[in-house]
This record gives sequence, structure tokens and C-alpha cells, in this order.
Amino acid sequence: MNATNGFTPGHSYFEATARQRLQQILDAGSFREFLAPETVEVSPHLAALDLPGAFDDGVIIGAASLGGRRVLVAAQEGRFMGGSVGEIHGAKIVGLLRRAVAERPDAVLLLVDSGGVRLHEANAGLIAISEIMRAVLTVRAAGVPVLALVGGSCGAFGGMGIVAKLCSAILISEEGRLALSGPEVIETVMGVEEFDSKDRALVWRVTGGKHRYLMGDCAELVEDDSAAFRLGALEYLDTHGEPEPSLFTLRAVQQHLSDRMVRFGAYRDGLEVWADLGVAQPQQVPLLDRDSLVALKKGLPA
Amino acid sequence: MKLNNLLDALFPAGHTVTVTDQTLTGTATTAAGPVTVLGTMDGAAISHDIALRLADCILQTIESAPGRPLVFLVDTSGQALSRQQELLCLNGSLAHLAQCVDLARRQGHASVSLVNEQAVSGGFLSFGLMVDRTYALADAQVRVMDLKAMARVTKIAHERLMELASNSPIFAPGAESYRRMGAIEAIWEAPSAQLLETALVELAKGAGLADQRMTVGLARGGRYLAADVTAAVLAAD
Repeated sequence: MNATNGFTPGHSYFEATARQRLQQILDAGSFREFLAPETVEVSPHLAALDLPGAFDDGVIIGAASLGGRRVLVAAQEGRFMGGSVGEIHGAKIVGLLRRAVAERPDAVLLLVDSGGVRLHEANAGLIAISEIMRAVLTVRAAGVPVLALVGGSCGAFGGMGIVAKLCSAILISEEGRLALSGPEVIETVMGVEEFDSKDRALVWRVTGGKHRYLMGDCAELVEDDSAAFRLGALEYLDTHGEPEPSLFTLRAVQQHLSDRMVRFGAYRDGLEVWADLGVAQPQQVPLLDRDSLVALKKGLPA
Repeated sequence: MKLNNLLDALFPAGHTVTVTDQTLTGTATTAAGPVTVLGTMDGAAISHDIALRLADCILQTIESAPGRPLVFLVDTSGQALSRQQELLCLNGSLAHLAQCVDLARRQGHASVSLVNEQAVSGGFLSFGLMVDRTYALADAQVRVMDLKAMARVTKIAHERLMELASNSPIFAPGAESYRRMGAIEAIWEAPSAQLLETALVELAKGAGLADQRMTVGLARGGRYLAADVTAAVLAAD
């Protein structure tokens, strides 16, 4: 992408730590952390298993401004236990979302980078994700949009894949992945013929950002650059309000999902789906840069 | 337990429930009034089709029977594990189902779920844990994964996990762990029309509108960090 497209590239979002992403995406110097590392207990559940904890339990939360808007933000650290949700980690996100209901910021940003439930705290993690799910919908019902940003090394899997899809919109990079079960899990349980998790090209054609964008499961495809995520979030907030939860909307989603099961339900590879969508050369999709892919999607038959 | 025995015990005044592809939908009569009955059976792995069928039943209830409670019967082994399902964003269909449960709550439909056989991870998240109140039968299995698989994935010895599980509800599979942590309201020794009615009457007064599971988990001594951490976030400068 060239720099004239609205941002100056420079920092790979995929490569960055959660703290770097916050620095790079939010207005300079605006981030104010809640429960800074020295103030938080380290997970006693990990200690009980003789495993090292982290002082932020793998998620950083706080308030900031984004292009002058007031936002609350959570950033998961994929480098700590795969961004997994344990009891403290989950409670920090729930707390942030409940705070959003009370404070009504202009938006909440969730920088999702997580494989889902932290197995070492499995029950606490599962319940926390359920609490996050309800809290996201309560924030949205209060009229505050919740944006999920997906482009880290752990993607958005398991319960965090569900949480991402409960958000107002998902911004994803080509490197981002979004799904429920990880390919490794499917391969382990169902066999390598079902899903070869070592076949990275296949994994991306099934779970990757380009596929999710082409299918409309993610609202925006952005470059793997923190500045592009920032710009994408700003553009989304400029052009979208947060509608009240309604029967009409969910009926429309129900119809859309049902129609697409009929149309695409038998496919097992992104290549088949893209061909059916009207992409003339589906095998070229993985090679296209971001701008070309966005142009391609805009040109597809409605 | 056979589905009909379960339905007869919960709804002695009558029920009309049909089963399609491990998904049940229908209506029943309770002392608290008519309810929509829906859910899954035989350890269903939640697929797009199952999620959409349940979601449709919820939306139909909102459309045609304002305020009618939803009673979910939960028996799920988790989410469907297949490339085909993931290709079409299975997490999206599960999120849609969860959103329908949430919309029903906002539109005045009380909701309860009863785990009668098993409830596992994603399948449990999408509806069983989204309702106002979750209950489980005493012999129901509730878990993210069993300890043997957990030992394999975490590379922690199975014996060690067994030992820790015996005194911590944090990862010990079982409905009782979830009760102590506040996610399951109560464990029923047997399916009971009386207990169901009591739950519905309480929820009709609005008892399920706010998510109280953290507070309950703290009071029951099963989850002692989450409530304090959340409170600290709310109070942070």
C-alpha cells in the first residue's frame, strides 16, 4: 500500500506487542491504564500449577482518545499464554465493558489476540467469556459501538471468536484469523484428512482475513500496520452509529446466514466459495494486496 | 434420561415438542403459563444448522408470543468440528444464536436452561450460558474438556490435575464446579416442574436482567478474584 492512502505505514500490527499496539493506534500519550501491572495480583491459579504468571494477566485495559474520541480499550497479549482468557484476564475485560455502560465513551476497542479459554483455568475462563459476551451486548445496547481488531499472531479463536462476532464490527488484516475451533484441534480430533493444520495456505483460505472479508464476516480488511488499524477504526466510527438491538436486524441476519448455508454449505475450501461469489480467478486471491482485494470485493455481483 | 421422560417430568400439564436433527423445538404448559421449549439432545455438536434452528425458534417466539419464557434443554458435546463448518464462520452463527437469546431478554422473555446430560465449551456458551438462569441435573457433565485431554494439551501430569481438581473448582469438570463459581444457579436432583415454575416466577419479576454470576461465585467461595478485579476496574482513576 502507498502512504498516500491516508496513513504512513511503519509498524507491523502482527509483530507488535499489545502495549506497542496501544501506543501506535491511540492518540499519542493519551492512554491511561486501569489496574497497572504493579497493582494487580498475579494469577494464583497458574502459580498453583507452578507456571509463571504475568502482572497484567495477558490483557491491558484503559481509557484513551482516538482521533479525539473518548474510547475504552482492551488489548490482549498473544505472547502470554496465547492471549488466553483466565479469571483475572476475563474479569478485567468485563470490568472495562461495565465501565463503558456507566461512562458511555464514544467507542470500545477490543484488540483481540487470543486462542480463547485458558485451559489451566478452564471453568473460570469459560464463565468469564460468557460474561464478556453478555457485557459486549449490554454496551452495544447502551448505544456504544464495540470494535474488534483482529490481526495478531493468535487471531480470534474459541470463545473470543464468538466475542469478536458479537461486536459491532470486526476490522481484520490479511494476517488475522477468525474462527471457532483451531485447525490443530480439528486435526487432532477428526484427522488430518479433515483439516491439515500444517497446510498454512489452506488454514488462511478457511480462517484468514481475506476470506472473512470477502464473505462479509468482517466489515473491513486493513493492512498489517497499526496505522491502518487506527485509520480503519476512525473511518468506521465516522460512518456508523450503533443501532438499537432489534428483531428486524436479527431476522435479517438469520435470513442471510440461512441463505448462505444453502448456497455455500457444501464447500470445504475458500477457493470454492470465492468462485461461487463470482471471483474470476480465485487462485489469485491469496496473492492480491489489500487494495486490490477491496476493489475486487466491491466489483463482485451483489 | 429419555427425552419424553424429561419432558413429562418438567411439563406434566402438557408439551408439544418436535425433534429435528438433534434439535428440539416446541411449546409446553407450566403453572406459570405457556413456555417455548427448545434445545439439543444426544450430545449434539452445535453446527450452523442447529444454531440457526434454535435462533429461528427464539425469533418466532419474540414475534408471535410477546413475553413468553424460553426453556432450553441443554445436551451438547460442544461445537461441530469440521473445516466445512469453520469455512462459513461457525463462531458467527453461535454469536447470532447468543444474540437472539440476549434480544429475547431485552424484550421481556425470561429464559432458563437445564443441562440434562452434558454441556461443553462453545456449545454451552452459545445458549446454555446466555440465559437468565442456568440449572443442571445432578449427574450432568459440564466442562471445557476432560482432565486427560487437558493434561495432554497443558503438558501437566494427569495425576497432578486430578489432585488439584479435587479441591479447586477452577478447572475441575462437573456441574458442582460451575455452581460454586456462580454460573449454574442450582443443581436439581431430578427434573422438576415445581423447581422450574419457581425459577420462572422469580424471573418474571426481573431477577435475571443483570448478570450476577460473579457476585454469586464470590459468595459461594468458588470464584474469589473476578468480582474484586471487576470492581477495581470500575473504581480505577
